[in-house]
Amino acid sequence: MNLSLSDEQVFLREAARGTLSRFKTFESIREALDGKADALPDLWPAAKEAGWPGLLIAEEHGGAGLDAFEAMLVLGECGRVLAPIALLGHLPATAILNDSPAGASLLQALASGERRAAYLPVSPPDDVSPTWTVDPASGSQRGPAPTATADGDGARVSGQLSFVPDAPGADLLVGVALLDGKPVGVAIEADASGVTVEATTRYDASRSLGHVTLKDAPAVVLDAGEQSLASAWYLAQSLVAAESLGSVETALDVSVEYAKERHTFGRAIGSYQAVKHSLTEVLRQLDNGRSLLYYAGWARVGGPAEFPLAASAARSVAGRALDQASRTMISVHGGTGATWEHDAPLYFRRAQLSRRLLGGTNRATDRVAGELLAQADAA
Amino acid sequence: MDLDDTQEQAAYRAQVRAWLDEHKSEAPVLDGAGALQDESEIIAARRAWQGKLAEGGLAGVTWPKDFGGQGLGPIEQVICNQEIAKAKVPGILDAIGVGMLGPTIIAHGTDEQKSRYLGPMLHGDEVWCQLFSEPAAGSDLAAVQARARQQDDGSWRLSGQKVWTTNAQFASYGLLLARTDSDVPKHKGLTMFIVPIEAEGVTVRGLRQISGEAEFNEVFFDDVAIDADSVVGGVGNGWGTALTTLMFERVTIGLGSEGMGYNSNRFAQAIASDAEARRDPEVRHALGEIASELLAVRFTGYRTLSALQKGQVPGPESGLAKITIVNGAIKAGDLIADVLGPDALSEDGEWAYMISFLPGLKSAGGTEEILRNTIGERVLGLPPAPRLDKGIPFSELRSKEAAAA
Repeated sequence: MNLSLSDEQVFLREAARGTLSRFKTFESIREALDGKADALPDLWPAAKEAGWPGLLIAEEHGGAGLDAFEAMLVLGECGRVLAPIALLGHLPATAILNDSPAGASLLQALASGERRAAYLPVSPPDDVSPTWTVDPASGSQRGPAPTATADGDGARVSGQLSFVPDAPGADLLVGVALLDGKPVGVAIEADASGVTVEATTRYDASRSLGHVTLKDAPAVVLDAGEQSLASAWYLAQSLVAAESLGSVETALDVSVEYAKERHTFGRAIGSYQAVKHSLTEVLRQLDNGRSLLYYAGWARVGGPAEFPLAASAARSVAGRALDQASRTMISVHGGTGATWEHDAPLYFRRAQLSRRLLGGTNRATDRVAGELLAQADAA
Repeated sequence: MDLDDTQEQAAYRAQVRAWLDEHKSEAPVLDGAGALQDESEIIAARRAWQGKLAEGGLAGVTWPKDFGGQGLGPIEQVICNQEIAKAKVPGILDAIGVGMLGPTIIAHGTDEQKSRYLGPMLHGDEVWCQLFSEPAAGSDLAAVQARARQQDDGSWRLSGQKVWTTNAQFASYGLLLARTDSDVPKHKGLTMFIVPIEAEGVTVRGLRQISGEAEFNEVFFDDVAIDADSVVGGVGNGWGTALTTLMFERVTIGLGSEGMGYNSNRFAQAIASDAEARRDPEVRHALGEIASELLAVRFTGYRTLSALQKGQVPGPESGLAKITIVNGAIKAGDLIADVLGPDALSEDGEWAYMISFLPGLKSAGGTEEILRNTIGERVLGLPPAPRLDKGIPFSELRSKEAAAA
């Protein structure tokens, strides 16, 4: 039994914190929200230098050969400072390719960060719905997964994916398409014919999103197994969870410091039970989320049958924790917390968007129920 | 990061399992067909079984060998608990004595106390109870009013009342926190005693709860004579001694929280059989929220174990897990009863009992409010609320409270 960070993991986390501290992310996000499009710093060179693009790629292909938990540690640090960095899209894409001998030749340039990939998120079936689905452009009706038709050694892929993290500017799009009704991994060059990526943002300027349209786009068919394709979805869920909990950490730290300093009626507001208990509630949810990151980090390799449950539970708890933390941050700061110049609205914007991306927090919560009901049937 | 046993742990597990395989037929049957019904028969059988577990080395796993324990670590304790649960046999009857009170005596007791009391406690020959809380001293435990007065010959006379006392109805001894000096501030005038429950002047009365069953007792002390050598940890050091007990309480809870049976799989099982409910988005959402938090607590337990393995002692943050478990189970009870309807509230069913038990559990081992205060102050570093009792002799506190009202 060992669920504590190794020295290497502590070092990786501290190094990430150091790297990201060089950037003024909060100021730049606020400027970007004000319409200054080029305000956001380009963090990709720093990510390359730190070796993050190759975290999940085997060493023989130039990566670090590390596992999901290390990726979560890095994403946690990104979340702490709301870093606008393209890892949420890149890392699950590299995980699929890394499981697929047919994708091996693509890995070297992705490991070094010379090229960047984006994951096309397609949600695996669950106990209620037997189909692979994608997030819709609007509304609650989920869309169909992209379809593929065989074309020589490769395939042609058609489909529509909305709000794909980090798609704008990516060199390679990696995801899942249905070939004769069966899910296969596909890798598509972003500049190939039939590929359109419409860049967009919503509410949180630190997140780059894209609507991806594929019309008979030429694709390499990847020989990753169905479990690997599903695993990429759950990896993405774990990464959102880790990133969210990083944001919760800083939101809580800032709120606690303010509650110690701000006085009303002759004493610090943090001494009042109402304030103290609401901050303790954030800590409770944060601590639960941290435990589930360990579960997800362990399960991806140590207990793959439990990875869907572990990652979905982590996403569910972390998503609610970020909602709670960002609202608590605003209320502890009083009216000031709701003003433009304060950082609290940036956490709030992050919480509002994250909650609705990659299937959304609620869908992850539903998946927890589905997985447990399936376990109950099997018992 | 892994969840597997080391080679040594696997060997220990195999040893425990082998003992259980050989002896589990001797365990008392508490559920299902052939279960014991009579309360006193159950207690007698469980005491005898605790004796067997102790002989087999499955009780007092973390106790030093000098006192009949195994001298092993918390991981081995957990392995032992897991194997006992897997074998579907009861664990030790006196978990409070062996888990919390014995370790307190080991830490603070005299050599005479250790040699007299620890052996019979471990073997279930003498069951113990914890006599800390009072009607007016729960969250504010240092406000205890049970009063022990020293006599000229050095012995003591004790009067007062304790409450929420598990196992007192069949206990031989209690570890009791009493006030011995009212003229100093409240944390300073306390002393810990070993009190024989069968002594003259001790009355134990069952305290029935929502379910109708009496899980706890009230214990009354009317001028009870206590020997001079019954003091544990020195006169006036009762608060420090009590903190040791409470620390072991946190360890016990941290190591055994899933043992309470409030886990996500059990709750999912209750809903899985209802075809309509399992597709209902509202039911699924509630189940998903409850279950993900309870799963988190399972892994919080593993994190606690990893820390214990490194010699770290769980701090007040372990109270967060208790809050999560109790509130999660309360929501689960509501959800399951909503799905099953009034039938879930049958008095003899498992869900009615759980639903009845939980409102009280919310206050047991620290109310949610006091846990959040402690965690806010000791973990987050938030300032305490101003206190009106600091530095004031206990004897003056009551009149101040009356004046403020």
